[in-house]
Amino acid sequence: MDSRLPPDLREGVRDTLPLLLGIVPFALVAGVAGVEAGLTPLQTVGFSVVVFAGASQLAAIELLGDDAALVTVVLTVVVINLRMLMYSASIAPYFRHLSTRVRAGCAYVLTDQAYALALARYAGDDDGDIRRPLYYLGVAWTLWVVWQAGTVVGVVFGAAVPDGWRLGFAVPLVFLALVVPAVADGATLVAAVVGGGVAVVGAGLDYNAGLILGGVVGVLAGVAAERAGLAGGDGDADDGDAAEGHP
Amino acid sequence: MTTTYGPLSVWGVIVAGGVATFAIRLSFVHLFGRVDDVPPWLERALVYVPAAVLAALVAPSFAPASATVSAALAPDYLPELCGGLAAVLAAWYTEDVLWTVAAGMAALHLARFLL
Repeated sequence: MDSRLPPDLREGVRDTLPLLLGIVPFALVAGVAGVEAGLTPLQTVGFSVVVFAGASQLAAIELLGDDAALVTVVLTVVVINLRMLMYSASIAPYFRHLSTRVRAGCAYVLTDQAYALALARYAGDDDGDIRRPLYYLGVAWTLWVVWQAGTVVGVVFGAAVPDGWRLGFAVPLVFLALVVPAVADGATLVAAVVGGGVAVVGAGLDYNAGLILGGVVGVLAGVAAERAGLAGGDGDADDGDAAEGHP
Repeated sequence: MTTTYGPLSVWGVIVAGGVATFAIRLSFVHLFGRVDDVPPWLERALVYVPAAVLAALVAPSFAPASATVSAALAPDYLPELCGGLAAVLAAWYTEDVLWTVAAGMAALHLARFLL
């Protein structure tokens, strides 16, 4: 790597490399899924550039493919990405001395992985008061570049592969890859089972309301289960460890 | 399944979803000093969002249209079920997207070939 780059930036890029093994297939699926759902290549890449949040992109693409109500599609994106409120609140102190414009640039690329890596580094660093966020930017923009490249490759690949390969099936598989680690204790298991169950029962509702209903009822069930004492020992809301693994 | 929405609708979703997501990301980073913390009740609820919403997204993909056991075990539906089960096992053991997708796709095609 170019040694003229600032050391913090370089370390950010370097620490991101092992994560790419999980990001690249995810980005490929995002590209393939767009083509399979009948979006144009530009629209598919547009999702990756404008939204830049994997799980929500896949959900939106799948719902568009099902001709779900547009309100439901946007609402689903918002609900899936709401967890980033926690990241934003938790990382804000480290960005407080930056200009409005740089802060906006930091916020645009805030993802699960960038948050997790940057916070792990900043937390162990007591004199970090005036530290420029180069480490964070190294992580976050590396992920951004790889995500866009992966989407483009997925679009090209998805268009070239025959239907018999059933590549569209990779979309629910990615969701399974995300939901299984999200189930960390009894309360999150209740949230998942109730959320999934309500969505199945409500699958025939207009506007794909079953999905929103499943999400809301699932969250309420999780909170109720936590009150009933089903949460794990370290489950009490540290810095959002519930949703690692996807941008 | 392919969408019947026109370009305007699709781009509308992309822009609306993108703006909303950016607003969520920017929220506290921008407001720091004025509003410092997520309200505790909201933080508690947010812990359960990934599990509940992702499960709600994925469950209907593996549930047959008519919710009976015979429909679920119909030969034309079994490959998807096998793929899903293999993916859950792989996700459980590896917690890795690549292995999960690979296991699910392999099981799907193996089941289609054998059944």
